Amino acid sequence: MSVLVYTESEKGKFKKVAFEVASYAKAVANQMGTTVTAIAINADDVSELGTYGVDKVLKVNDSKLDTFNAKTYANVIKQAAEKEGTKVVVVSQSADSKYLAPILAVNLDAGYASNVVEAPTSASPFTVKRTAFTNKAFNFTTIDTDVKVVGVSNNSFGLVENSGSATAENFSPNIPENGVHVDSVDKASNKVSIADAEIVVSGGRGLKGPENWGMVEDLANVLGAATACSKPVSDLGWRPHSEHVGQTGKPVAANLYIAIGISGAIQHLAGINASKVKVVINTDPEAPFFKAADYGVVGDAFDIVPRLTEKLKEFKAQNA
Amino acid sequence: MKILVCISHVPDTTSKINFTDGDTKFDTNGVQFVINPNDEFGLTRAMWFKEKQGATVDVVNVGGPETEPTLRKALAIGADGAIRVNTPATDGYAVAKQLANVVKEGGYDLVIAGRESIDYNGAMVPGMLAELTGANFVTNCINLEVDGTNAKAIREIDGGKETVSTTLPLVIGGQKGLVEESDLRIPNMRGIMMARQKPLKVMEAVNATKETSTVKFEKPAPKGAVKLVSPDNLDELVSLLHNEAKVI
Repeated sequence: MSVLVYTESEKGKFKKVAFEVASYAKAVANQMGTTVTAIAINADDVSELGTYGVDKVLKVNDSKLDTFNAKTYANVIKQAAEKEGTKVVVVSQSADSKYLAPILAVNLDAGYASNVVEAPTSASPFTVKRTAFTNKAFNFTTIDTDVKVVGVSNNSFGLVENSGSATAENFSPNIPENGVHVDSVDKASNKVSIADAEIVVSGGRGLKGPENWGMVEDLANVLGAATACSKPVSDLGWRPHSEHVGQTGKPVAANLYIAIGISGAIQHLAGINASKVKVVINTDPEAPFFKAADYGVVGDAFDIVPRLTEKLKEFKAQNA
Repeated sequence: MKILVCISHVPDTTSKINFTDGDTKFDTNGVQFVINPNDEFGLTRAMWFKEKQGATVDVVNVGGPETEPTLRKALAIGADGAIRVNTPATDGYAVAKQLANVVKEGGYDLVIAGRESIDYNGAMVPGMLAELTGANFVTNCINLEVDGTNAKAIREIDGGKETVSTTLPLVIGGQKGLVEESDLRIPNMRGIMMARQKPLKVMEAVNATKETSTVKFEKPAPKGAVKLVSPDNLDELVSLLHNEAKVI
C-alpha cells in the first residue's frame, strides 16, 4: 500500500529532484495514512532519502541499468509497484521521468497526472493541481483509477526534511530488453544544465553578437548558474539550440531567472514563467518583459552586467 | 512507409486564457486555433520523408468538427489525407486509445506526435500510444533518420543529447530540431486549393474510458508590479535578491 517514489540518480548520486519527489511522496503518504517506499536505481548511498521522509528503499544495482532506458526503467518501477502493492507512484518531471511516466502508467493501468505543483488537495477523490496553458492557468484534476501516477513539477513542492531514517532492501527485478538502444550520450559534465540549475542567466538579441557572451558566462559563473538564450539568438546561430528556452525550446523552472537584452515575447515568457523570481535588464523600459518580471533595471547591459557581476562577487566573498 | 502525424488543435500562444461554466471549461470565444507548434515540426519532417524517401503522410486529430480547419491546414501544408476521430478529447489516455485504434486500422509504420501540446502540456499521449500499440518510442526527438525499417534518433536530455537506434513501428514525440523553424511551411494558394479535394475521413470513436477528469480551472493570482532598480544602485538589486527574494 505504501506510496512508491522513483528517486533519480546520476553516476550514483541522487539528483535534487529525487529529494523533492521524496518530500512530495511523504506528503501523499501522510494524507493516506501509509509509508513511503523509494526505488533507487544504481545509487551508491541511499541513507539520505530518510531525511526526506522515505521509510524503505528498494535498491536496484545492475550494470544493465547504467544507461537510462525509458521502457526498461518503467518496467523495473512497475515491478517495484506491484511488489509493494502501491496505489500511488510519484515521479519527477525531468526529461527522463517525463519519458518513462506515460509508459509506466499504461503498464500499471494507472491514470497519470503530469505537471503537478502541490500536494493533493484531496486524497479521495484523488485531486491534484497541475499547470496548464503553459503556466497561464491551473487545472485541478482527479485521477479516477485505482493505481495512480503523479508527475511532480521540478522546483514546485520544494524539499521538506523529516527526522526519520530509511531502511534499505536489495531488489532484483527482471530487466527486459527492448527495441530502443542507446548508442551514445553526449553531456557536458562541467556545466550546470538548465533543468538542474537553481539560477539561469539568459541572453537575448540585445547582446548584439556571440562575441559578447563572455559577460553572460561570467555572471553565470559567479552565481553557479546555467546559461540560456532566447529563440532569435539560437536561430541566428549565436548560441547552440540546446540553450534555447521558451515555448518551443527548453522549459525553465528556476528559483531565479535573469534575462539580459530579452524583450520578452509571449513565446519566451511561456517557457520561463514557472521560474520563481525574474530579473530583467533591458535598455527599453517598454519591453514587455518588465510586466512579467519581479525586478528590473533599465539600462545598457554592457554597462550593467559586468558591474553586477563584480557586486555579486563581493557579496559571495562576504557570505561565503 | 506509412506515416501518421498527430495534430493537436490548440489556442494560439497569444490567446487570452479564460474559462466558462463555473471555471470548468476553456473559453474558446475569440480564440484563434493553430496546429500545435511541436506537431508542426513533426509534420514538416514527415513531408521531408515523403519527398526524399517516398512515404504517404496522413494527419489525425481526436476532436469535434471544430478542429477540421486545423486538419485542412495540415493538408494544405502537404499531408495526403486527414482523419478526425469524432469524439471530444477528454484526457491523454482516452486520446491515446483512439489514436491506437487509428494506427491499428491504418497499419502505420511511423507515428510522429509533438512532445507535448501547448494547451494542456501533458506530454502523455505519444508515450501511451506507443505502449498501447507495442511500438518503440523516442520523445524530445530533435533528429530522425529512417532507413528501411531501421531508425536513428537523437533525443534531447537534461544537459545534453542522446543518440538511439531503433526499428519501426515507432512513435516519436517531436519538437524543434526535427526540422528548423525556417523549414516550416506556410500553406500557399495551390496547397489550400488542393487541400479542399483531399480526403478528410471522420471515424467514429471506439470505446475508451478516461482515467482523469478536470474538476476546475484557476488562473494564477495577478502579479505585482516590477520593482525597478537604478543602474547606479546595483547594491540594492543584490540586497533585494538576498533579503527579499531570498534567491541568492
